[in-house]
Amino acid sequence: MFQPSDFDRAAVRARAEQFRHQVARRLDGSLTEDEFKPLRLMNGLYLQLHAYMLRVAIPYGTINARQMCQLAKIADVWDRGYGHFTTRQNIQFNWPKLVDVPDMIDALADVGMHAIQTSGNAIRNTTTDAFAGAAADEIADPRPYAELIRQWSTDHPEFQFLPRKFKIAINGARADRAAIRGHDVGLQVVEREGEIGFQVFVGGGLGRTPMIAKELRSFLPVADLLPYLESIVAAWNLAGRRDNKYKARIKITVHELGIETFSEMVEAEFPARRAAFKGADQAILADLKAQFAPPVLPARESESFEAALNVDALLRDWAARSVSPHHNPDYAVVTVSLKDHGAPPGDATSDQMRLLAELAERYGQSELRISHEQNVILPHIAKADLPALFEALRKGGLATANIGLTSDIIACPGMDYCALATARSIPLAQQIATHFRDLGLEQEIGALKIKISGCINACGHHHLGHIGILGLDRAGVENYQITLGGDATETMALGERAGPGFAYTEVIPALERLLRAYLELRENATESFLETLRRLGPDPFKEALYAEAQRHAAQ
Amino acid sequence: MSKKFIPGVISANDLREGHVVYMNDAGQWVLRLSDAAFLDDPVIAEMWLDLANAQPDKVVGAYLAPATLGPNGPEPAHFREAFRASGPSIELPGS
Repeated sequence: MFQPSDFDRAAVRARAEQFRHQVARRLDGSLTEDEFKPLRLMNGLYLQLHAYMLRVAIPYGTINARQMCQLAKIADVWDRGYGHFTTRQNIQFNWPKLVDVPDMIDALADVGMHAIQTSGNAIRNTTTDAFAGAAADEIADPRPYAELIRQWSTDHPEFQFLPRKFKIAINGARADRAAIRGHDVGLQVVEREGEIGFQVFVGGGLGRTPMIAKELRSFLPVADLLPYLESIVAAWNLAGRRDNKYKARIKITVHELGIETFSEMVEAEFPARRAAFKGADQAILADLKAQFAPPVLPARESESFEAALNVDALLRDWAARSVSPHHNPDYAVVTVSLKDHGAPPGDATSDQMRLLAELAERYGQSELRISHEQNVILPHIAKADLPALFEALRKGGLATANIGLTSDIIACPGMDYCALATARSIPLAQQIATHFRDLGLEQEIGALKIKISGCINACGHHHLGHIGILGLDRAGVENYQITLGGDATETMALGERAGPGFAYTEVIPALERLLRAYLELRENATESFLETLRRLGPDPFKEALYAEAQRHAAQ
Repeated sequence: MSKKFIPGVISANDLREGHVVYMNDAGQWVLRLSDAAFLDDPVIAEMWLDLANAQPDKVVGAYLAPATLGPNGPEPAHFREAFRASGPSIELPGS
């Protein structure tokens, strides 16, 4: 299992110590808020609507049982007994006091964790497939590369004053579970004539100007990864617009210059940078690959699990949603839902965190992952242990069988927490989840991705939802736009706005009309909402959203 | 004046704890919106805002939050201010 080096541990300790002094100087008046703000943001500390918020890094979503226990302790000692897992595979604590944050950061450092690269105009934590290192469809584990990128990008001297934040995602499987083309740089692991490399995409992103990343290189050899990434960031660092914050992201640079011109700029940077890398990165990578080597998984029988499925309907329902293929046929990847109907998506109490840690220790090689869909993954569970794991999760309220269904919603914190939000997200997600469960339609509707953002910055990835919901402030009232047809996978698409927005209380009835129309329109029970939408186009769905409502109003 | 004046209260976040605070008639920071000083004169509001900004050791991000005057004191004039005044509209996990 990967362990931070002594160098990393020392760096994290040093940063914690620096921040303790910075907080002290803010509190004694030596630093103004304007001076302090960039320093606290470099350490993941925001000031939100009701309180400070500490965003803790979980690089590439990988966390061990001991670290998860420490997060639970931090939640109990310095927060309100829970944490919020985010779409960037991080965790946020919503109620820390400024005076306590240095102690929280020390407690994180005790388990090799920190809040670096979770905020500010930095190269942020690289995100990846939450099934990395375990999935049956994996070409190569992306995490050694993600960790290499982390080491290269942390406090990179050339990139201390970037135009804006910069996000890299890497996917190592055939299915894209990291939404790579929605990032500034997306890396897809590919294999060509037996050699591993990367398909490189650039200029993706959501926010107020959503764009799907364009291909920059069809095959980048592994040895060229860092110099090529450095060339991309360097080209953008020079050409990126600093005159307008909303046009500073690389997607605008690539869009305005064109992919060919941008590619030429990158290639112009590349030879000198390539020459400067003299192989030290490849030595580090070799070491990282060894550290991320798959755990030794003893052979286990799986017949007992198959037998249990035949007699236990609850286990069967849960397994159908939560269990995914592992590269070892005796094992499975388990997704634990943090979307119990009516609960805030992505929140976990400290008790739940401890239970997950305990189960990871008992059944899953002490490994856990956080998914960008705000669930927790136990990547290496023997099939023979699945019935016992299910029972333990059930007792802890963590066995909701809704992965990939209507209630497995991505939602940003919205106006219940966030200072930037223009409307609420969480209560809508809660109501959608309970409404369709109570109607008994969730299973019938089947695979569906609903994603909700409480403002145009799109932390809830609404553009990529099969149904996207964007909350806005329209003349002092919450108003929600619906987009249709988004897709976060390898067939990525941006949803299109269906029409005028809906008032807060109108959203659930509108979704019910939309989904009842889908059930009428689909060819058969196996055609998903997205497939039906793609076959028929948006018109019949717009009809359900708007014309039907007008008919009801006229009656 | 370039922007139309909207009556309100001085609000901010407490520096040490982060929670929402309001300025009362005595220039002290209080927790309840209804205890805040209601400011409907633009000149006075500006003066109070200056007073708030002169206390960086106590608060962060002071501003004039839109409010109306109700029977029991100031009330939020926008839903964002209503959430700031009353906290999250959802039940917090584990509560």
